[in-house]
Amino acid sequence: MKILVPVKRVIDYNVKVRVKGDGSGVDLANVKMSMNPFDEIAVEQAIRMKEAGNADEIVVVSIGVKQSQETLRTALAMGADRAILIVAADDVHTDIEPLAVAKLLKAVIDEEQPGLVLCGKQAIDNDMNATGQMLSALLGWSQATFASKIDIDGDHALVKREVDGGMQSIRVKMPAVISVDLRLNEPRYASLPNIMKAKKKPLDEKTAADYGVDVSPRLEIVKTAEPAERKAGIIVESVDQLVEKLRNEAGVI
Amino acid sequence: MAVLLLAEVDNGALNMDATAKSVTAAAKLGDVTILCAGERCADAGKEAATIKGVAKVLVAEDPLYGHRLAEPTAALLAHLAADYDHIVAPATTDAKNILPRVAALLDVMVITDVSGVVDADTFERPIYAGNAIQTVKSKDAKKVVSIRTSTFEAAETGGDAPVETVATAAAPGLSEWVEDHVAESDRPDLTSAGVVVSGGRGVGSEDDFALIEKLADKLGAAVGASRAAVDSGFAPNDWQVGQTGKVVAPDLYVAIGISGAIQHLAGMKDSKVIVAINKDEEAPIFQVADYGLVMDLFEAVPEMTEKV
Ligand SMILES: Cc1cc2nc3c(=O)[nH]c(=O)nc-3n(C[C@H](O)[C@H](O)[C@H](O)COP(=O)(O)OP(=O)(O)OC[C@H]3O[C@@H](n4cnc5c(N)ncnc54)[C@H](O)[C@@H]3O)c2cc1C
Ligand SMILES: Nc1ncnc2c1ncn2[C@@H]1O[C@H](COP(=O)(O)O)[C@@H](O)[C@H]1O
Repeated sequence: MKILVPVKRVIDYNVKVRVKGDGSGVDLANVKMSMNPFDEIAVEQAIRMKEAGNADEIVVVSIGVKQSQETLRTALAMGADRAILIVAADDVHTDIEPLAVAKLLKAVIDEEQPGLVLCGKQAIDNDMNATGQMLSALLGWSQATFASKIDIDGDHALVKREVDGGMQSIRVKMPAVISVDLRLNEPRYASLPNIMKAKKKPLDEKTAADYGVDVSPRLEIVKTAEPAERKAGIIVESVDQLVEKLRNEAGVI
Repeated sequence: MAVLLLAEVDNGALNMDATAKSVTAAAKLGDVTILCAGERCADAGKEAATIKGVAKVLVAEDPLYGHRLAEPTAALLAHLAADYDHIVAPATTDAKNILPRVAALLDVMVITDVSGVVDADTFERPIYAGNAIQTVKSKDAKKVVSIRTSTFEAAETGGDAPVETVATAAAPGLSEWVEDHVAESDRPDLTSAGVVVSGGRGVGSEDDFALIEKLADKLGAAVGASRAAVDSGFAPNDWQVGQTGKVVAPDLYVAIGISGAIQHLAGMKDSKVIVAINKDEEAPIFQVADYGLVMDLFEAVPEMTEKV
C-alpha cells in the first residue's frame, strides 16, 4: 500500500507571533519555519506502518511557497520515499485555504492512487482543522479525524479518536483519510546520514496550474488584529491572602 | 437569511449549553432552524424547541445518525442545505469532524471556530493559537461556520418552536462505530463550568492529581489539565485545555503547576479571573494571572482546599 502524507510549512511553534502594524497579517519575514507538528506525527505514523510491513511507499506533498521544499526534505530525512511540491504562492504571507489544498491533494491522489492519506488534525498557523475532512468529502472516502491509535485490519482501519467526552473507536473502510492527534506517537529526529541521503531522494516540482485548480481564496482577509490584552495582576504572599482576594475582591468563590 | 444549526446531541441528550450559545451567534445571521440528528432524539428536539429565538426544529431520527459519524451526518446536512444560507454548529469535536466535510460537499470554504459575528458574511476567528484575531469576509454563496461557544452567552429558554421530522438522507456506508470510552463524572462539564481547576506537569503523577481534583470538588469546579499532564498520563485526554484541546472561559480558572505555554493560554486566557500557583516566579503563566502565588503546589493546594 502507498501512503500519502500532506505536510505544511508553518511558523515554528516556539516563535512568538507578531501582528503586523498595518493589520494586514502576522509577520513571517525572517521567522523560523518548521513542519506543522501534527504533520510530523503523520509522517512518523506512515514510517512506522512501513516498518511494520503495512505500507511500501510513502509520498509526502506540500502546497505553498517554493521554500516548502525544506519541509519536504525534512520528511524525506525522517524516512518518506518521495516528495511532491506544488508551488501555489510566491509570497510567504499567502496561505492556501483548506478547500484549495484539498482540491490539489485530490488531483495528486487521482494520479498516485494511495491506499491511505495521513494528515495532521490542524495546521498551527490558521488553526482551521479542515483539510482532511474536506479532502475525504471530495474523494468520497471514509474519514477518521483526531486519531490517537490506528490499526490496519485488511481493507479496514480501526481508529481510536480523541473526542470531547473521551475516546471513540470507529472502523473505517479503506482507502481512508485519517487525521492524527498529538498522542498518536513521538516523531523521530532525522539523523545526519539520513539528512544527507534525503538530498538524493526524488522531489517533483509542480504548480497549481498543472492540476488546473483555482487557488484564489474564498475568504477575504479584512484585517488581522492583536487579541485583547489582559491587564497585569498581582502576586499574593500567601494562601490566606489569595483566598481573601478571591472571596472579597474578585467575588468568584 | 435562513440558518440551519446542527445541535450537539449525544446519545439522545441535547447539549443545551453548547447549542444555546451557538443560537446566540446564529441569531445574528438570520432565522434559526435547529437540526437534531440521532438514533433517538425526539426529546432533544423538544428541548431545543424551548431555546428562545429558534424558528423551527427539525428532527432526523435514524440509527445512521446514532454516533454522529461524519459521512452520514454531513450527507444529511448537504441534502438539507438548499433551503439555507448558513450552516452552523458549535465547535465541538463532533462538529469539527462534520462541518468541513459539509462545506467541501457544497464547494464552499468552511469558517471554523468563529469568535465573533460581524455581519452575515463577515466573521472573526482566532489564528496562531489565539495570538491574532483575523476578520474574514466570505465570498461563497453559502457559509458553513463553527462557533467557539466560550465567547457567546447562552440564549434563554422559554420558547416554543414547532418541531418537524425530516427524512433520512443517503447512507454512505463507509464507517462504523465500534465503541465509546467515556468516563462518567459528577463534576460540571469542562466547557461550561463556572470554575475550572487545572493541573500541569508540575503535579508530578497521576496519584498526586487527586490534589487538584479535591480542590476542584471543594469549589464545585471542573478539572482541566495541560497537554504535558495528559501526555504524562496524569489526566485523561478530554481534560486537555488549549490550542488543540478545549477552550474554556469560566469566571475563575486556577492553573496549578502549569508554565503557561502559548498553546495552553490559547484555551483559557479569556477566563474572567485567572489564578496561577507555581513555584517558579518566572513562569509565563504569571503574565496572564490576576492573582499569582509563588509557592510549592504540594503545600499551597492542600492549604487552599482547606480554606475555601
Ligand atoms: C502542536 C502543539 C499543540 C499543543 N497543544 C497544547 C494544548 O492544547 N494544551 C496545552 O496545555 N499544551 C499544548 N501544547 C504543549 C505546550 O507547548 C506545553 O508543552 C505544555 O502546555 C506544557 O505543560 P505544563 O505547563 O504542564 O508543563 P511545563 O511547561 O513542564 O511546566 C510545569 C510547571 O510546573 C511548575 N512546577 C513544577 N513543580 C512544581 C511544584 N512542586 N509546585 C509548583 N509548581 C511546580 C514548574 O515551575 C513549571 O512552570 C502543544 C504543543 C504543540 C507543539
Ligand atoms: N498547504 C498545505 N500543504 C500540505 N498539507 C497541508 C497544507 N495545508 C493543510 N495541510 C494538511 O492538512 C492538515 C490540516 O490543516 P488545516 O485544515 O489547515 O488545519 C495539516 O496538518 C496538513 O497535513
